Amino acid sequence: MVNSVSEAQYRAHQAAASVTDPELPFITVEELGILRAVRVEKGIAVARIAPTYSGCPAQAVIELSLVTALNQAGFEGRVERQLEPAWTTDWITPEGCRKLRRHGISPPVQAGKTVCGLFESAANPECPLCGSQQSERVSEFGSTACKAVYRCRSCAEPFEYFKPI
Amino acid sequence: MGCAAFARALLELADDHLILGHRLSECCGHAPILEEDLAMPNLALDLIGRARELYSRAGEVEGLGRSEDEFAYLRSEREFLNCLLVERPNRDFAHIMLRQFYFSNFMELYWLRAADSRDATVRGAAAKSVNEMKYHIRHSGEWIVRLGDGTGESARRAAEAVGELQFYIDELFIPSASAEICFETGLLPDRRSMREEWDQRVERVFTMAKLDFPEPVPALTGGRTGRHDECLGHLLAEMQHLQRVYPGAEW
Ligand SMILES: [Zn+2]
Repeated sequence: MVNSVSEAQYRAHQAAASVTDPELPFITVEELGILRAVRVEKGIAVARIAPTYSGCPAQAVIELSLVTALNQAGFEGRVERQLEPAWTTDWITPEGCRKLRRHGISPPVQAGKTVCGLFESAANPECPLCGSQQSERVSEFGSTACKAVYRCRSCAEPFEYFKPI
Repeated sequence: MGCAAFARALLELADDHLILGHRLSECCGHAPILEEDLAMPNLALDLIGRARELYSRAGEVEGLGRSEDEFAYLRSEREFLNCLLVERPNRDFAHIMLRQFYFSNFMELYWLRAADSRDATVRGAAAKSVNEMKYHIRHSGEWIVRLGDGTGESARRAAEAVGELQFYIDELFIPSASAEICFETGLLPDRRSMREEWDQRVERVFTMAKLDFPEPVPALTGGRTGRHDECLGHLLAEMQHLQRVYPGAEW
């Protein structure tokens, strides 16, 4: 009995943890730190997730994908939102940051630490191509809610930066 | 009583976010440069996303089963409780940025104080919003400086925006009767307590922008009791059109 419960729990967790972000399809919800817990109760698997950027259109897709993944693993799937503790980019795992870098996106520095005064940043993101710290902001807002556009002053390549929040 | 007051105060807050978010979304495709065309819809998304969360919570607290869509699409002008500042029309880029600058500076101070609310949804919203507002403040603040300290025309327009929006500042800091109850019961922060810090922040940036800080003027109020400018009706007509013509439409 105990074994079958924990086995179901394990399968449900594996299924939920494999779901990826539609806007960053190489990274899983677990690596993003969105997936907080998965529990199984009477055949229903409940994935508890923390919402990311307010109004992020990926949210609804992620929830749908979680339900689908849990269904495919043989469960009735549900998603619960957990608002506290709030998700920040500090929840992204080291593996998540490595994957971002590998895909040309500079991972976020510590949440709440980049924005200070006007016309300045506390820390410049590292160029994911050459590793230089000499970067400059091109646009605070990019193709998705989570990304800004920067340019490397060493290798001159433009790159996206996962905004700390 | 406590619940009704909390639901109403949450609606005030949610309406501020939705209406300003909608105003910004009107700029999509009309911004002067590409970076701004990315920025404004992104800022709008933050605000509309926050509004959704607050409407959901208001619906739960109210207990009448109203959904976020019903709050947004099926209330009339007189039922909207947003402050007048956020509904001001997009007269020009200076107006848009100044409105954003005033509001985001206020909201960052508000959310900082909301971090110890008794309500978990408010605390969760506060934790996220504080970081988001930093981006809104930096974005609009940099533009205030560029415009105010820019060309003759940009400086003139920035000064005009200051002159026109000055009447709508005070209302941000006036708690409604419902907000007052929520402050006394530890659910929401005291709006009055942010004034001094807000003035200092705005003044600092205005100095950089070579703009004159607005003199105290008689405040225009009424938003919190549903008395709005004509411009809100036009905004709602566009925003609610689809739900009014095809009730219950989903996509
Ligand atoms: Zn480089």
